[in-house]
Amino acid sequence: MIFTIAARELRGLFLSPLAWTLLAITQGLLAWIFLILIDEFRSLEGRLVGLDPMPGVTDLVVAPLLRVAAWALLLLTPLLTMRLFSEERRVGTLDLLLSAPVAPVAIVLGKYLGVIVFLLGAVALIGLMPLSLGVGAALDFGKLGSGLLGLSLLAASVAAAGLYLSTLTAQPAVAATATFGLLLAFWIVDLAGSGQGTVSPVFHYLSLPRHLDAFLLGLIHSADVAFYLLFSAAFLGLATRRLDNIRLQG
Amino acid sequence: MLVENAALMTDGLLVRVEGLTRRYGEVRAVDAIAFTLVRGQILGFLGPNGAGKSTTMRMLAGVLAPDGGRIIIDGVDLLDEPLRARQAIGYLPEQPPLYRELTVDEQLSYSARLHGLSRVASRQAVVRIKQRCGLAEVGRRLIGNLSKGYRQRLGIAQALLHDPPVIILDEPTVGLDPIQIREIRGLIRELGQDRGVILSTHRLSEVQATCTHVQIMRDGRLVYAGALADLEQRRRSTSLRVGLQTPPAVALLRALPAVEQVEDLGQGRFRLRHAAGAAPTRAVLEQARVNGWELWELTPEHADLESIFIDLALEREVEQ
Repeated sequence: MIFTIAARELRGLFLSPLAWTLLAITQGLLAWIFLILIDEFRSLEGRLVGLDPMPGVTDLVVAPLLRVAAWALLLLTPLLTMRLFSEERRVGTLDLLLSAPVAPVAIVLGKYLGVIVFLLGAVALIGLMPLSLGVGAALDFGKLGSGLLGLSLLAASVAAAGLYLSTLTAQPAVAATATFGLLLAFWIVDLAGSGQGTVSPVFHYLSLPRHLDAFLLGLIHSADVAFYLLFSAAFLGLATRRLDNIRLQG
Repeated sequence: MLVENAALMTDGLLVRVEGLTRRYGEVRAVDAIAFTLVRGQILGFLGPNGAGKSTTMRMLAGVLAPDGGRIIIDGVDLLDEPLRARQAIGYLPEQPPLYRELTVDEQLSYSARLHGLSRVASRQAVVRIKQRCGLAEVGRRLIGNLSKGYRQRLGIAQALLHDPPVIILDEPTVGLDPIQIREIRGLIRELGQDRGVILSTHRLSEVQATCTHVQIMRDGRLVYAGALADLEQRRRSTSLRVGLQTPPAVALLRALPAVEQVEDLGQGRFRLRHAAGAAPTRAVLEQARVNGWELWELTPEHADLESIFIDLALEREVEQ
């Protein structure tokens, strides 16, 4: 049941020009940044010799690229998730799901899975760029892998938040805006803590991209993985409850 | 309880609704209504817009949770075991739930899979239902490009796909042309033979053409429930139309027995209103012959169902 819903969701995404446009734009922008980073790396290359540990192309090109990719996901995901439920409510197709013998949790997970598959595809495409460096440079595949894993987990969290907010309104644009606002808040929440160290570490902990840092250094902390998974699960749980509520409110 | 349900099942009881209530804020959209649906019945929900028909339908389909009451579908309580009960329902909402970006085939197989049909079974079901609903030629067309008539048919096809014993259709013929309406009505009558069908409409002709039973709703209450034949019984003539070559003064016609009111329609025609069941046909014939009025038309005028419906929908209180 979950896979049926996920497959339709994915199909819907690829049948709309929106998904293709988003992929093309992210890919284009990241390619530009990729080129700039490589250019910078080449001009710095000579001066790096002798530094201990000597930073390689993975640290100076791949890590910054993935950091920018994280920003790109922040911008792209709300536009993907906004339609999930709000569009179905607006058009009335949600009635098909609600009247079918399918549990709310299966509906939520199916839709979530559809978006996740799409986002994993997007992350894989982003990963191809640094991978192409492997042709001419010594690439640290471990670091690249952990970086992409971190990016995927971040994408999953962002998508879960977007999915929940799209259950709240029948207007996709409102859902997108709200998702963007919420994510941005989770993005910059650690700015408060960056002052004099007087602010509670809670803010650091809540920051979405901060948990990506270790992944980009090649470290997979279970705490960071758990953070992203809990973040996603919390929003999926809220979405399931909200779906029951839609039935109650009509 | 089980025994009771089993006993009812043999009678072909498909839907039992008790004290069903739904409020929107202060407004009681549906107010403690109760009814049953038996296999072989086509039940027409009739009422003006805003009477609570769609709300009732939505609750029966499990899309909207009631504030009170019970809904038993095919022996299963919709609120206790929603998934099992919903399996027994095919539902067409007011707005057919179709994805514009899918083709007809894709939409149907998606819906079949959602209702738990296996891949093979869903493929067969899609082929069968397309035949039955006249969708065979449009299988590969995008729903977004289909006409309203085809979309409506597709919505109905979708509701029948998993072969449910209970079919709920919310205004199934809205937006169709007369030929399509006739086709859909034929389909509904056919379905009603071995299933239970509930449909809502605000047009009485719809009920007359398809339904075996009728329920009239007003302000969230049932104001009439019964077989369509019983409603037809109320059609009693209450006026006579008379055409006379040499008409007498209106006062003379007024003086005929049981005539309550005379309306001059011009060119020698009159409408004589009389008490129900006491048509002064004989008196008119007799007087016309005696006085040489030269009668050329004498037609009893029936109160049509429409006006009975309006009476019920606007004024009369619960009949049952």
